[in-house]
Amino acid sequence: MAQPLVKKDDDRDEEADYSPFLGIEKGAVLQDARVFNDPQLDARRCSQVITKLLYLLNQGDSFTKVEATEVFFAVTKLFQSKDNGLRRMVYLIIKDLSPSADEVIIVTSSLMKDMNSRTDMYRANAIRVLCRITDGTLLTQIERYLKQAIVDKNPVVASAALVSGIHLLQTTPEIVKRWSNEVQEAVQSRAALVQFHALALLHQIRQNDRLAVSKLVTSLTKGTVRSPLAQCLLIRYTSQVIRETGVNSQTGDRPFYDYLESCLRHKAEMVIFEAAKAITELSNVTTRELTPAITVLQLLLSSSKPVLRFAAVRTLNKVAMTHPMAVTNCNIDMESLISDQNRSIATLAITTLLKTGNESSVDRLMKQITNFMSDIADEFKIVVVEAIRSLCLKFPLKYRSLMNFLSNILREEGGFEYKKAIVDSIVILIRDIPDAKESGLLHLCEFIEDCEFTYLSTQILHFLGNEGPKTSDPSKYIRYIYNRVILENATVRASAVSTLAKFGALVDSLKPRIFILLRRCLFDNDDEVRDRATLYLNSLGDGSVAETDKDVKEFLFGSLDIPLTNMETTLRNYAQNPTEEPFDIDSVPREVKSLPLVEKKAPGKKPTPLGPPPPAPTSASDAYERILSTIPEFANFGKLFKSSVPVELTEAETEYAVNVVKHIFDHHVVFQYNCTNTIPEQLLENVTVIVDASEAEEFSEVGVKPLKSLPYDTPAQTFVAFERPEGVPSVGKFSNTLRFTVKEVDTSTGEAEDDGVEDEYQLEDFEVVAADYILKVGVSNFRNAWESMDPDTERVDEYGLGPRESLVEAVNAVISLLGLQPCEGTETVPNNSRSHTCLLSGVYIGNVKVLVRLSFGMDSSKEVAMKLAVRSDDVNVSEALHEIVASG
Amino acid sequence: MATFLSHETCPTIKNILLLDSEGKRVAVKYYSDEWPTNSAKLAFEKSIFSKTQKTNARTEAEITMVENNIIVYKFIQDLHFFVTGGDEENELILATVLQGFFDAVTLLLRNNVDQREALENLDMILLCLDEIVDGGIILETDSSIIAGKVATHSIDDGAPLSEQTISQALATAREHLTRSLLK
Repeated sequence: MAQPLVKKDDDRDEEADYSPFLGIEKGAVLQDARVFNDPQLDARRCSQVITKLLYLLNQGDSFTKVEATEVFFAVTKLFQSKDNGLRRMVYLIIKDLSPSADEVIIVTSSLMKDMNSRTDMYRANAIRVLCRITDGTLLTQIERYLKQAIVDKNPVVASAALVSGIHLLQTTPEIVKRWSNEVQEAVQSRAALVQFHALALLHQIRQNDRLAVSKLVTSLTKGTVRSPLAQCLLIRYTSQVIRETGVNSQTGDRPFYDYLESCLRHKAEMVIFEAAKAITELSNVTTRELTPAITVLQLLLSSSKPVLRFAAVRTLNKVAMTHPMAVTNCNIDMESLISDQNRSIATLAITTLLKTGNESSVDRLMKQITNFMSDIADEFKIVVVEAIRSLCLKFPLKYRSLMNFLSNILREEGGFEYKKAIVDSIVILIRDIPDAKESGLLHLCEFIEDCEFTYLSTQILHFLGNEGPKTSDPSKYIRYIYNRVILENATVRASAVSTLAKFGALVDSLKPRIFILLRRCLFDNDDEVRDRATLYLNSLGDGSVAETDKDVKEFLFGSLDIPLTNMETTLRNYAQNPTEEPFDIDSVPREVKSLPLVEKKAPGKKPTPLGPPPPAPTSASDAYERILSTIPEFANFGKLFKSSVPVELTEAETEYAVNVVKHIFDHHVVFQYNCTNTIPEQLLENVTVIVDASEAEEFSEVGVKPLKSLPYDTPAQTFVAFERPEGVPSVGKFSNTLRFTVKEVDTSTGEAEDDGVEDEYQLEDFEVVAADYILKVGVSNFRNAWESMDPDTERVDEYGLGPRESLVEAVNAVISLLGLQPCEGTETVPNNSRSHTCLLSGVYIGNVKVLVRLSFGMDSSKEVAMKLAVRSDDVNVSEALHEIVASG
Repeated sequence: MATFLSHETCPTIKNILLLDSEGKRVAVKYYSDEWPTNSAKLAFEKSIFSKTQKTNARTEAEITMVENNIIVYKFIQDLHFFVTGGDEENELILATVLQGFFDAVTLLLRNNVDQREALENLDMILLCLDEIVDGGIILETDSSIIAGKVATHSIDDGAPLSEQTISQALATAREHLTRSLLK
């Protein structure tokens, strides 16, 4: 059948030079399938057509129901042929066509005949095909044959029946379970794979019976299991039994450990590795138990086969997470893997070494890595750089060689992401290791002398401006910075100007010289550069050696604690309505607007959207404040602290749609009910909401602002105001009833009748919760903000959150309970992680800044525990946040 | 296609792929329903092909991970062989399956393993896949037994194989088969 599968008279012969299937077309092949109906079957021809059909299916072509049925019926005719090869192809295509139940009946008798044929190969294949396509009812008819087949002396037949049994157990377990005697007999088979298949099936039949599994393992671990695959299975079952029985408390011995250990000396590598892996995965494994497994894995590390090296290093990598000391013996072998051709192996080796490496091996490790850095792709270099960074933080004394390494690779060729990773690492090292600061800054200075990435240059200049003036000899950086002003593009020049100004502000002795440099910048041909120079010259004083004003320093170094989007919209509004008054930065709302979902996917530096989506007003809180300030009754409530998002009080598509917005003031709460009348035939008048605050004891109603008229489809608001005690975050539940006078409207004229009827409409309840008293305000650098807060205000406690689906769920629940702003993208929990730290910040009512550090952990039974650390400007607020969590 | 079985303890193969030097399918077999549509399958094939393309997997089987799957692979001429398993699977078992497939194909194509030969003998390749794994469960890993099972069906005097080689191949295959029967 190895002949080209094109028709002899086909004119595509030359093209077929490349592929026998070139230009193959489904329609034509289906036509060809008519040869199946010939009274004189040409076996080879038929095989070729089946191969073509299989080719089409394999390439992803699909047959319509009608086509598949036609082919299937045609194929069934081929059982008449005695040709072995054709019969095999028939089996294949029947499996691939997966016929429906009523079609199966057509081939059942043919297949059953084959099952009892004298040719073993027919029997084995017929069993597999029949079991694949059959359903439960038919199975009872052939069960007898299958039981026989399981203990057949031909291993191919026995395996076919056993594997089919494994598949059928999923659909018709009650039948397969009746075969356990035969399967048990097959476990003793001398044929390797029969033993493997029988063991797999037997275990699955008994898997819910712990005692039976334990018995099975006990008897088999004593006997001889021949097949390596079966041995692997037995190791897995043994680990399962070990997991369920636990350690013998008296002797400290683990049952069956000896068996696992003996498997480490098996002749098949597959079994050795399976056993080593099983030992490393034992719960609470001791060093004594671990040692032989590690020794075996260590040997595999120097195997010539990449698969073995990979398997070993991957397992050791996992062990290093829990038992780093146990793996240190392998470090030398692991080091040679750093330069492994296979990058997956090299990456695993590096990350393992990082977990296990000790201080003395750092230098050697660096040398190793240096040698192969030039051979690998950027993507992998980044992994290495990140690894070096954590190594350096682990061994701060070794910063010199690590910093040298980073500066060397910084000078070499590389793409943006790679250079950025290096620069970020150096910055982190400078920040965390004081000794590394001066050399690190100089490396960065050298880098910007020849840096093609504007973004990195500006980042470094900014960083230099903050750190450089605090070094022992700030003047040495000036040259590097001023070179940027001369040589670079406008963006870099502008940030170099800012950096110069920072040096001027902090280092008084340098000030006169900085002034000279800044004055030169006044002639720059870029507006931004000139503007910055002018601004700094004016704010830094008169250029003499004098201390800089505190306000100026604050201006230069303080972080802008206002969300940039809000700043942008406020400035836009300001520019659109020209006034005489100067712009007041305090008028910018501080609350972070929830960003559209699309953006959340890209945490980090997200570009600020230029206009939010149309349904949201330019700034919701602005709009609310404007509305509220027009109502004289509420004018004396003071400044609005926070407005909640609207809470729907009606189901969708009801007669009246109402939602409520909770406005929080220092002493008051105002509920704004946004009402919409959805009935064209009605006009509502004197609309009020009757609020029952009996479940909100601390609140007392002080005013109501009814709505005069509510025509069809014109949203309007009614308000209810409550007084509440100051300082405490009072919570409570409010039930609401909409009361109004309804008037009929003639839809043709649009006029309402004079007489109306009083009516009420029940709305849903809502609650004022603790989160309503907290503003979402992000901080740009959480660590700095956290450390600048008084540690005495810190309150720490631990909470059990009970079983949860995932950490994501637990994290989100706590975030929404507290109503704080997640910082630095810590609200995203990596998939399947077992622990997570989330950073939150915000402002508590009374303008008290709050920072929260949440550490989550999840154990194997999905129980989530949480550690909550709060710092704030006021200890009482720290405690209040704990109360929120404790009661939530 | 059989439903994928999620028994955690039995070694399971997720798919076997035979691609050409451009990443196009020669023959593929999916045993897991993790890739439900043809486009999902093609995307997966593309991602593992591009990830492994530049590596040298001609002397020894290589290994990598793609989307939490372990991929073992081996190349010869313009053919790329892949076997995939879950990330908890024993890498060596996957490598054994790959080796069985690879060697069986080499036997069946009489050492002329390239894309053209493979396509011209696609029936053998497909039968070979059928004999190695059934619905994700390993049926056989010994290449000579696999090739023997496939070759017994190819008694075909019109085949363009030289008579001597085919009879030799069959002889070896039969011998192995008989031996396996007598074990």
